[in-house]
Amino acid sequence: MNRRNFIKNSILFAGSLVAAPGVFYTNSAYAAWPKKSFDIKDLTDSVKSVYGHNNLEESSKVKLKAPSIAENGAIVPINVSTTLDNVESIMIFVENNPQPLSSGYQLSELSEPSIGTRLKMGKTSNVMAAVKSGDKIYTSTQEVKVTIGGCGG
Amino acid sequence: MSTIKMRSKESNGMVTVKALIKHPMETGARKNKKTGELIPAHFIQEVTSKANGKNVITIYWGPAVSKNPYLTFKYKGKKGDNLEISWIDNQGNKDSKSGTVK
Amino acid sequence: MTRKLLILIILFPAFSVFSSPEKDYDLFLTHFENRFPDTPFQDYKNGVYSIDKSAREQWESMEEFPPYELNVDRGEELFNEPFKNGNTYSSCFENDGIGIRQNYPFFDEKRNKVITLEGAINDCRVKNGEKPLSYFKGKDLAHVSAYMAYTSRGNVFNVEIPNTKEGLDAYEDGKRLYFTKKGQLNFSCADCHVYQTGSKLRADIPSPAIGHPTHFPVYRSGMGRLVTLHERFAGCLNRIRAKSYPGGSDELNNLEFFTTFMSNGLEVNGPGSRK
Repeated sequence: MNRRNFIKNSILFAGSLVAAPGVFYTNSAYAAWPKKSFDIKDLTDSVKSVYGHNNLEESSKVKLKAPSIAENGAIVPINVSTTLDNVESIMIFVENNPQPLSSGYQLSELSEPSIGTRLKMGKTSNVMAAVKSGDKIYTSTQEVKVTIGGCGG
Repeated sequence: MSTIKMRSKESNGMVTVKALIKHPMETGARKNKKTGELIPAHFIQEVTSKANGKNVITIYWGPAVSKNPYLTFKYKGKKGDNLEISWIDNQGNKDSKSGTVK
Repeated sequence: MTRKLLILIILFPAFSVFSSPEKDYDLFLTHFENRFPDTPFQDYKNGVYSIDKSAREQWESMEEFPPYELNVDRGEELFNEPFKNGNTYSSCFENDGIGIRQNYPFFDEKRNKVITLEGAINDCRVKNGEKPLSYFKGKDLAHVSAYMAYTSRGNVFNVEIPNTKEGLDAYEDGKRLYFTKKGQLNFSCADCHVYQTGSKLRADIPSPAIGHPTHFPVYRSGMGRLVTLHERFAGCLNRIRAKSYPGGSDELNNLEFFTTFMSNGLEVNGPGSRK
């Protein structure tokens, strides 16, 4: 192959490395935004793209705080905290959203494993908080109902 | 004017940080009602925070995070820490703000 | 029993011996006390959150860092920006425009009309050679109003109805609109916010009538912007498929006059965060 193709293929190869599972765990100070994971439309595939596998364990030590009926799907308050040790990251998946991965939180050794944000939910869905502690992924799931058709407009 | 409003408070060695960021967080799936065209995706992809120059948390956001996004996190720190929050969006825009932990 | 009394309110105008704004107010409050015995009076300023526990929890989450703070900041900028002639809004208002939300609306005897805060903001603009602003779409008027409301938080509403024919007429006009069934859906404001407040109307729970104006303008998360009281009035009228009125019209000014009088004793807590 000529030099141009070689370089082009190398860049493609490097690109695919960046998008490979485990991208959240690079040590670089500025890791690329994991586009591949954010684009995936299926929950199982989404989880696999983040962790490289689907071995999740439900744990009561992961505390997911979400409303049971969201007042408005545009702005659903979600909080995740855990009593587990050595927490590397917290991910929030909204199963029935067009792309389930909503956000990922890479913690440092200074972090206390407790985060919160507000998410958009297109419709009623399970929300799953996933916590990576050591080599294992612990989860907590809760259904959040999203209603439409109010009189309030 | 900064797009970032933040508040940080220390209690018993734990700092709670709360931030509200002004940003449309457009998913790219909405249509302009008048023209029928898709409004381009425009959302914050990464938020980082440093305390006294040291990385505290790195956050990856997708377009499912709400408009004018809210964020809260905790870290082990003290009053007087210099806390910085920075973001970058999918269109390359950035902003950053620093404050002192109370 | 209170339902019959409320119907009587419509039948007997305020200046007759059977009724007065004060008597209406007492009947109103009694109705809500009976309907929501566990709600403390001061909590009515929080609207539906005073009666819906699950929604209240989400609202309290939002209050940790409410979205309207960005709008209040912008409102402050606009409030302090001079007009082309160099004057600012503070020149038109008592106390430089700070902490005065609770003084509106009032009946201006000289101009023979109800003056609302947003109306006064526009009057100030016109007086200084600027164009009046729209009540709709959460633009500059809503932002200035949000800032002025924010500076007045905690101040108590005490709307006075002057004991003159004109003043009482304006009050009656607002009251009549409130209790009249309208539109294709044939609802009155009272149907949802007095008789059915607390019940489920499709996916919503109508909020109680007392305390409505205290938290306006609101930041509606679902719309991603501010909404003024008049836009909300107009929106509700549209939703029951009734003829609506423009922001700043006599009809909506008088409606605001009536509903704010019914919220006397409650604190200013605008802008509010809503869905």
